[in-house]
Amino acid sequence: MSEILKFHFDIDGSDFSSAGAASVMVKKKLRQLSYDPEIIRKVSIAMYEGEINMVIHANGGTADVEIHDEEIIIILSDNGPGIADVELAMQEGYSTARDSIRNLGFGAGMGFPNMKKYTDHLQVDTALGVGTTVTMKVKL
Amino acid sequence: MKISEIRDLLDAKVKAGEELLDHEVASACCSDMMSDVLAYVKDQGVLITGLVNPQVIRTANMMDMVCVVFARSKTPTEEMIELAKESDIAVMCTAKRAFEASGILYMAGLSRNIED
Repeated sequence: MSEILKFHFDIDGSDFSSAGAASVMVKKKLRQLSYDPEIIRKVSIAMYEGEINMVIHANGGTADVEIHDEEIIIILSDNGPGIADVELAMQEGYSTARDSIRNLGFGAGMGFPNMKKYTDHLQVDTALGVGTTVTMKVKL
Repeated sequence: MKISEIRDLLDAKVKAGEELLDHEVASACCSDMMSDVLAYVKDQGVLITGLVNPQVIRTANMMDMVCVVFARSKTPTEEMIELAKESDIAVMCTAKRAFEASGILYMAGLSRNIED
């Protein structure tokens, strides 16, 4: 496969109940393309965490998934408030999510740690008041 | 353990995935915090929870789980049942509390031969 496969999704930030729908779709696509289950698992969990984060913190955004020969790249972009302290956000258990989010089963401060755990590369570009772009790569 | 045995042990009502009842599962986890499920679960086929929203089904899907048990008579919405059907996940409801449901399944052998 030399052609790069690309998928684009608009993530609706107004409706928490639909959060994660793009990740479910990506997982389905990767299954159809017969990727290794462990790869599918890593990509979909990392993307799902990122998608939930965008809905909780940034009122949605966009998700782009590129399938290359040697890696799968996930780019999540939002125009949210930005992250004040990325290092802190990476720590397990640190969360700025509201209690209402915890009641929905999220906001345990495992989002970024999980995204790091399940990917081979994680880059966070963020500016306060401008937004955040998270780039993740999983090697094939 | 077959999913049908889980249904019988918990006196549960199946809401989706009747065709999956013969599927074998070896372990389970019990949590209302989907973040923790995403962080700590590996190779666990069953999720027991008291949380009711579509993220429960999506989280189970992400973790390749095949069965979700809603405890304490919590009832999933139509949307959740549809999501579960699309994802080949069996969904059932039990009147038992999550702790009790977990204990019954554990005593019956679920999760007991898994090494961490």
